[in-house]
Amino acid sequence: MVQNLHESISNQGSFNDGGVEKLAKYIFSRVGYMLVTFFVIATFTFFLMQTLPGSPFNDERLSESQKERLNERYGLDEPVPLQYITYMKNIFKGDFGVSFQYDGRSVSNIIGERIGASAVLGTQSLIVGTILGIILGIIAALRHNTSIDYGAMVISVIGISVPNFVFAGLMQYWVGVRLQWLPVAFWEGFEYSILPTISLSVFVIATIARFMRTEMLEVLGQDYIVTARAKGLNGFSIIIKHSLRNAAIPIVTILGPMTVSLLTGTLVIEKIFSVPGLGEQFVKSIMTNDFPVIMGVTLFYSVLFIGIVLIVDILYGIIDPRIRLTGGVK
Amino acid sequence: MEKILDVKNLQVSFDTYAGEVKAVRGVSFHLNKGETLAIVGESGSGKSVTSKSLMKLIPNPPGRITSGEILFDGKNLVTLTEKQMQNIRGSDISMIFQDPMTSLNPTMTIGKQIMESIIKHQKLPKKKAKEKTIELLEMVGIPNAVMRISNYPHQFSGGMRQRVVIAMAISCNPQILIADEPTTALDVTIQSQILELLKNLQKKMETSIIFITHDLGVVANIADRVAVMYAGKIIEIGTVNEIFYNPQHPYTWGLLGAMPNVIYRGEELITIPGTPPDLLNPPKGDAFAARNKYAMEIDFRIEPPMFKVSDTHYAATWLLHEKAPKVILPEDLKKQGQSLPNEKSRERLLKKTDKKEKLLEIKNLKQYFPIGKKQSVKAVDGLSFDIYKGETFGLVGESGCGKSTTGRTISRIYNATDGEILYNNESIFGRKPGSELQKLNQKIQMIFQDPYSSLNPRLTVADIIAEGMDIHELYTNKKERMERVYELLETVGLNREHANRYPHEFSGGQRQRIGIARALAVNPEFIIADEPISALDVSIQAQVVNLLKRLQKEKGLTYLFIAHDLSMVKYISDRIGVMYKGRIVELAESDELYQNPLHPYTKSLLSAIPIPDPNTERTRRRIKFDDKLSRNGEEEPVLREVKKGHWVACTEQEYRKFKNKDSEVI
Amino acid sequence: MIIKNKELTDEMFLPAKSRSSTEQISRPANTYWQDVWRRFRKNKAAFTGLILITLILLLAIFGPYANHYGYDEQNLSRANLPAKIPILESFPWIGFNGVDIHGVDKYKESKVSGYYWFGTDNLGRDLWTRIWKGTRISLYIAFLAAIIDLIVGVAYGGISAYYGGRIDNMMQRIIEVLVGIPHLIVVILLILVLQPGIISITLAMVITGWVGMARIVRGQVLKLKEQEYILASKTLGAKNARMIWKHLIPNSMGPIIITTMFTIPTAIFTEAFLSFIGLGLQPPIASLGTLINDGYKLLRIYPHMLAFSAIIISLIMISFNLVGDGLRDALDPKMRK
Repeated sequence: MVQNLHESISNQGSFNDGGVEKLAKYIFSRVGYMLVTFFVIATFTFFLMQTLPGSPFNDERLSESQKERLNERYGLDEPVPLQYITYMKNIFKGDFGVSFQYDGRSVSNIIGERIGASAVLGTQSLIVGTILGIILGIIAALRHNTSIDYGAMVISVIGISVPNFVFAGLMQYWVGVRLQWLPVAFWEGFEYSILPTISLSVFVIATIARFMRTEMLEVLGQDYIVTARAKGLNGFSIIIKHSLRNAAIPIVTILGPMTVSLLTGTLVIEKIFSVPGLGEQFVKSIMTNDFPVIMGVTLFYSVLFIGIVLIVDILYGIIDPRIRLTGGVK
Repeated sequence: MEKILDVKNLQVSFDTYAGEVKAVRGVSFHLNKGETLAIVGESGSGKSVTSKSLMKLIPNPPGRITSGEILFDGKNLVTLTEKQMQNIRGSDISMIFQDPMTSLNPTMTIGKQIMESIIKHQKLPKKKAKEKTIELLEMVGIPNAVMRISNYPHQFSGGMRQRVVIAMAISCNPQILIADEPTTALDVTIQSQILELLKNLQKKMETSIIFITHDLGVVANIADRVAVMYAGKIIEIGTVNEIFYNPQHPYTWGLLGAMPNVIYRGEELITIPGTPPDLLNPPKGDAFAARNKYAMEIDFRIEPPMFKVSDTHYAATWLLHEKAPKVILPEDLKKQGQSLPNEKSRERLLKKTDKKEKLLEIKNLKQYFPIGKKQSVKAVDGLSFDIYKGETFGLVGESGCGKSTTGRTISRIYNATDGEILYNNESIFGRKPGSELQKLNQKIQMIFQDPYSSLNPRLTVADIIAEGMDIHELYTNKKERMERVYELLETVGLNREHANRYPHEFSGGQRQRIGIARALAVNPEFIIADEPISALDVSIQAQVVNLLKRLQKEKGLTYLFIAHDLSMVKYISDRIGVMYKGRIVELAESDELYQNPLHPYTKSLLSAIPIPDPNTERTRRRIKFDDKLSRNGEEEPVLREVKKGHWVACTEQEYRKFKNKDSEVI
Repeated sequence: MIIKNKELTDEMFLPAKSRSSTEQISRPANTYWQDVWRRFRKNKAAFTGLILITLILLLAIFGPYANHYGYDEQNLSRANLPAKIPILESFPWIGFNGVDIHGVDKYKESKVSGYYWFGTDNLGRDLWTRIWKGTRISLYIAFLAAIIDLIVGVAYGGISAYYGGRIDNMMQRIIEVLVGIPHLIVVILLILVLQPGIISITLAMVITGWVGMARIVRGQVLKLKEQEYILASKTLGAKNARMIWKHLIPNSMGPIIITTMFTIPTAIFTEAFLSFIGLGLQPPIASLGTLINDGYKLLRIYPHMLAFSAIIISLIMISFNLVGDGLRDALDPKMRK
């Protein structure tokens, strides 16, 4: 996994001195890709709806009134291309249709209601994970080849390897059921978010710690660190002024993959801890074949992911002065 | 003279997984106030480690100073704590590193990087430090310093970056400046500017300099005294004249002889056979013994002490012992300093180029590489020249001039954007039947620059050498194939036993010879040698160059020799083309070119090559070349023949001037 | 250095007899892979990982035959039994004595005499058999996905980089779009259409999974194309086949193997994840994912149902990651000089 992360960095484009114009061009092309990607996903989703047994487009189980309503909405009597156009129009208006399960409630409404808990959980995990990960990584790099380093790396291999649902189960059973220190389910205050946050952030901590350690070791081996030492700077200012910034810049690039892991993580973690978030809703909808919700959440997740990748790409170009953007793909 | 630094029996080791590598094995020297001491040696000789140890910058672990003293300012630096060292580094002793591309922090403005050490050591307030920084930048010759102070390193060229590094190093008026190969990564013209700058700064600030280099030309230019290092020891130390004109150690002889002199043209370079010893298990006795053709029994038993030659000159070789037979300095070395070209070689040259049979004709060759949608890099832009059968054509120029691209286009690694290349009067481009292409592939071969990337690490040496034979089916059975591989190995001076080994087991010079054997395997007529020696140490370079010369004589090969090292090109080539920005600006027979350069670029290039001869270096003047100045007219310069065989890119007006001047001389 | 002159005899100053060839090689003759293996073996963590993988593979193959219970043999009279193993049962603190979390000996209570090494589930099926059977299926899916990823990725990345120019440009654009799609979302949608099954789960994973491999292979081939030995081969007139089989493939093996090593645990995770959100294999077939999902339902009363499958999936993931890391270090050219 870390392999892929490194790969994604080397594929980064870069800016040069004539910055602003190139940056604008770069953002433009990234937005282009984003739209194409989204279009592909939306189209894919539409044709899946067409083929799926039990989707709003072909279901025998629906009542007449429901069918009528759907007909009205999607123009199911129309030929497929026209349906497609209607569907795309609705999507761009942010209208994902109506849930089967909760009769009459729009999907957008459900997403709006459920997103809060997921956002809190995700943000908490990302912040906790990134900070702890960076600290752990730096300590490991500075104590390279000592028992502290080995310890940190053992923790990180375990953190990357052990699936989050296994870890969540362990936490729930020991901390929640056996020790009864923290609530094991529901969402009624900060203490309810502790166990899910820990379970979710383990992977983030481990990945960022590994990444940071590698970057830090790489930076510490660079010639300019020797130059800094030759200037007579002390170890602390070398780390703060010369190493940290250079090592931390690439961290931005793994925030994209991190978001994905958090996103998928919320599906299982919310289910395990019965958190009323979007992930939990998604899993529930899969169980109950509530297709409009599945599709809506899928598209929502896609937009979220694509948007974050875009922001990360642009951010990386801005914070690293060396970077020269050559216009996206090489 | 006042000693400012005294190093006594310094020993540095590195702990590797294979064991302890003794990189520096008892080095003693001193540095006088205001002088420049050059430490010369090949890669792995311990010169860089020595210089870094002086500031205790050896990474620990794995490195450690195992014993010795470094006396500076009444203190022994070896015993100082890291904290105490921090006060000395950058203020009393400072350092310039080899590669300006990596020695500056890419995410910090150069101003901040210079100010850092001023603020730390001189305790100046920020504003004052900034003023001082601007002053320093102006001093090292960075134009528009007030603006440039807030730029990042990547916005500077290599030469300019090195100036920034120098500004940083001199910011606190250090007493000692250690320069670790500060010009190795730069082009010759930039190198001469940086050397000039260092000399001027030294005069102004009375700094003592320790200058680490492998280039004897640079040593002759800058040094007052010289220490020669080999296998972690200083084997000879003395004033620059003593080392160049009265060397005592056979290794120094080898180094001096291995370097071609632009002025003197010898028949064959002196080589030092073999490779330096492995410092994981240093040999008993004299580490150089195995490569020394004057070696005596004692060299393999007891390490030689430093014998005194004069008050300033010492050498560690048993040859100086009273019981040793008197060995005379090799003939060729005595000729150092004589400035007459060797008559015999000149005659040979004339004879050779008389029979002019064109092997290769290049007409208006263009090679553009697209970057982005509309732009392209014009690597080669309207290049024309011919190569005659049996000659060596040298193509020189600085990095980015398009010389390597030219070589690759001729070998059809790239498809030319425009222009024509005729080989034996037939175009090498265009659609052709397979058999003809095959033949062409066999006739034109290439030798590459990087001995580490030019051999496939997964193949055995036999498979590498036989690759061409496999492709062209040049053998009838396995036995014949192996016989041929053995033969080729022996031709390039390796052993049969090497056939089943893998490339990583060989040293750089050995790998380069395997590359030559691979090219020879298909019996080529024409070989393009693309910087074949630039990655090798001087003594190893000579081995490869001699081999190339011998092969040419034996097999009647024609060479295109591409290089940036003008002295080597001059030594090996019959005719030389000087490239600048994708074109040839001057083309002539090599002696003619060196004695009578006409184009301002050639002149500046020639004046910038450091010559391993201190007397010449002291009196030489550098000529600067300014592209804008030389192109004053509207007229595009064209390559014209101003004298038989001597072509210069010039305007009509210049052409007449050259013609007149020429007739005056005659 | 003080050397007494009298110790130095005249004969010591005679010219030395030639000692040895100056072209001698001191290094031992090892092939590349021998070197890699040597370095890999030195890495204790990676080597442990390799042993664990071998052990788990053996158990996944032969484990289900170690006792006479079938994997779908239901018997409610022996339901919910904790783990019990002969000999180990006499050390109660290890937890293999058939006593549940409330200290009740379930075996006595249900009057069962046999041994169920990992206990039984709520339908009385033997967990040992089910878990190894499940491991087998999980590994099968993972290996299959990894192999297909490998084939598609290597072909796509290799073609893209080898031919370069317009072909590369076009193929890269497709990848750029695919990379933007969240992997798991596509997998979920596909499973919804295809219905869960071994083949459909594998296919769903492969649909976007090969992109990572393709990018790595492309990067590697692009790097290799600049290597001078490739250029040398070109000047010698080598044809595509030679270029690919002699130069490009052998020199891309490292990154390909490493990437595969990381694809396998990712695939195992994905399968388990799908089972967990209700898109896994249908009973009676078991995979590690479905076992964990089942285990969760009774976690608070019978933790043993989750414990063993969770430990095994974690061990598999850790082992593959360790081996992958070890291989990366062992294949790293930086260490090689």
